[in-house]
Amino acid sequence: MTESLFTILSIIILFLPLLGFAVVLLLGKRLPKLYLFEIAVISITFLLSVIVMYFKLAYSIDRDIIASFNWITIGAAPLSGVLNIELGIKIDNVTVIMLFVVNLISMLVHIFSIEYMRGDIRYNRYFAYLGLFTFSMLGIVVTHNLLMMYIYWELVGLSSYLLIGHWFEKKSAADAAKKAFIVNRIGDIGMFIGILILFTQYKTFTFDKIFYQISQGNIPFNSEAWLTATGILIFMGAVGKSAQFPLHVWLPDAMEGPTPVSALIHAATMVAAGVFLVTRVFVMLTADAMLVIAVVGAFTSLVAATIALTQNDIKKVLAYSTVSQLGYMIMSLGVGAYVFAFFHLVTHAFFKACLFLGSGSVIHAMHHEQDIRNMGGLRKKLPLTYATFLMSTIAISGIPLTSGFLSKDGILAGTLAFGKLTGHWLIPIIGFTVAAMTAFYMFRLVILTFHGKPRDHHKYDHAHESSWVMVAPLVVLAALSIFIWYTPNPLSPDAGWFMSSWVKTPVTVVPENTRFEFMQSAVQGGESHGEIVHSPLYTETMHWAHYPAMIMSIVLAGFGILLAFTLYQWKKINADKIADRIKPLYNFSLNKWYLDEAYDATAISGTISLAKILSWFDNKIVDGAVNGSAWLGRFVSKISGLFDTYVIDGFVNFTAFFSGFIGFALRKIHTGKVQTYLVFVVFAVIILLLFFKPF
Amino acid sequence: MLQVGLAHFLVVSAILFSLGIYGIITRKNAVMVLMGLELILNAANINFVAFSKYGNLGINGQIVALFVIILAAAEAAIALAIVLNVYKTFANVNVDEINNLKD
Repeated sequence: MTESLFTILSIIILFLPLLGFAVVLLLGKRLPKLYLFEIAVISITFLLSVIVMYFKLAYSIDRDIIASFNWITIGAAPLSGVLNIELGIKIDNVTVIMLFVVNLISMLVHIFSIEYMRGDIRYNRYFAYLGLFTFSMLGIVVTHNLLMMYIYWELVGLSSYLLIGHWFEKKSAADAAKKAFIVNRIGDIGMFIGILILFTQYKTFTFDKIFYQISQGNIPFNSEAWLTATGILIFMGAVGKSAQFPLHVWLPDAMEGPTPVSALIHAATMVAAGVFLVTRVFVMLTADAMLVIAVVGAFTSLVAATIALTQNDIKKVLAYSTVSQLGYMIMSLGVGAYVFAFFHLVTHAFFKACLFLGSGSVIHAMHHEQDIRNMGGLRKKLPLTYATFLMSTIAISGIPLTSGFLSKDGILAGTLAFGKLTGHWLIPIIGFTVAAMTAFYMFRLVILTFHGKPRDHHKYDHAHESSWVMVAPLVVLAALSIFIWYTPNPLSPDAGWFMSSWVKTPVTVVPENTRFEFMQSAVQGGESHGEIVHSPLYTETMHWAHYPAMIMSIVLAGFGILLAFTLYQWKKINADKIADRIKPLYNFSLNKWYLDEAYDATAISGTISLAKILSWFDNKIVDGAVNGSAWLGRFVSKISGLFDTYVIDGFVNFTAFFSGFIGFALRKIHTGKVQTYLVFVVFAVIILLLFFKPF
Repeated sequence: MLQVGLAHFLVVSAILFSLGIYGIITRKNAVMVLMGLELILNAANINFVAFSKYGNLGINGQIVALFVIILAAAEAAIALAIVLNVYKTFANVNVDEINNLKD
């Protein structure tokens, strides 16, 4: 397969969903069956992405394909020299894997939605928006520059907004859509500033050119602090999109959207865009920036896991679990475990999409009941949903033989190695704690939903397994949670093709003294493939960390699962009593750390009081000034009116009166008789003669 | 013996002119006004002739005087015709009573 063929296929993959979006959106009202076109388009896109992935990984695994063109040539601008803005695509291994993941999940969600959304009043428009989302997400994946990245970044934000607010008649859905959009904007401001710093320094948006410049020692404003700041600013975009603390608050609310949307956008793909962005700029992150990223990720995973422990809405538990797992990925990037972060992104996308679609199947069967306290015993009614849900739960809990075990274990080993090398032990401690919590709350969810006795008999009796259209995607995704797709050895991902040859940690380009010590032996240069990134010490430490991490994570996950069974399945300990005993902590978790309340109290009420102050200012000062000037105007015009009445009019009237008076006096001499006038003439001539004295 | 000179003619002419003006101003009858007008014209004629004789102007003055006489005759004919019509219309010829245009 030649490079140009790769390029053409990638561009077709990118733009097909856009075509589907445009056609379905424009004609959807006339042709109610048009959603089938969208599904056909997405299936073709998926097939093409499989082809591209196969040929890329099989035949040109070490060669990236880059195609670009000059979009705008600004020419010689003052103070900056010649400016060119390039658009283009970059097809590397990460990209083709992402293409596959995004298109597969998108296709499955499309199929799932056929049944789940049936009877919706905006059925076709829903599919059109799914197409728009897929297009935007693919754009993020294939782009080779920050400008396009930012454009598609905003586009996925838009499609997320449209889909969360799909049922905009519901106030909570409309509010959630707004919240998601606004919170994302806050992160995007940082990303935008970061992009502009890079553009100011390098006059280009293209990743590879920027990285080459940095590797040559050209860093923004000649200051390592600025380089760190740029990395953190760009990371802010990921904080918003990947729902990291403190901007994670939008993601749980986003569950107001249709459940397949939650699966596609708010669990598997879009929220992973933040992680993907950090993998793209990974090489330009300094040690300080990476530490910030690791801490943010670790803290996010802890916060979200503690909240997920007590939630009662099936989708809320999954949402916080998503936030927690995203925190894991971000943390993993922060500690330099690049490959495991991306690996976890992929595996998490599959099992979390499966969990969300499974919850969709449950909600569908229970006629839009989402509270797990009203479920229970559904195992018998929904056997296939239960099996796939359980499979994914085992995967996310990190039990051996699953994909989740492989990636999670890798991340934990990475944090452990990081702790040993740098002394930041808190990060691995949080990582392991979260692993135990994850196992606990996921099994709590499974037990409360599927095991035990039904708690709402009415709904239970009406529940029935969904049709194959909804179950088939679940089965596919659950199958992808098994280790065999990624590695032949279920205990070590290193042996697998995914880790050993597909994805490699790229060489960092930041100056030597701003790297972590364990990354310093890297070879300088822009080429990233086939070179050693980490020092031998790091590799050694990773090997040292591998088995302890694995054993600890299995033990902790087992402990979490055992606790969940003790509390909810066998009821050996009364869960409510424990909740009562630690009431403050329980409420703290149930109320999501009071973060929404904190934002209400600070940001939102702050904005409202600012608005009030401004309104007061408007009412009193601005309006006062306007009213005052109006009063002044009236006052001046009154004076001017008096002047007009008495002085101007007086003068005019006097003139008239004077003329009248003169006329009255002079009318006497106008007799109308020729003789009188002649007398005047004669006398006038005589007077003139006397006056001029001609003689 | 008093020698008759230019001054005597001019005095006669001035008296005649003054009489004409007086006639025009004081008379109400349009015919009398016209007669005053004739007196004025003739006063001018006397001046022309006198200057023709004493003023080293040759025959020019007398020729102009002749023109004036002709003009006066024509003017009298038209004016009397108007007066006659005025009389037909208003049944009198008093200039201060013919004031219909004033309104």
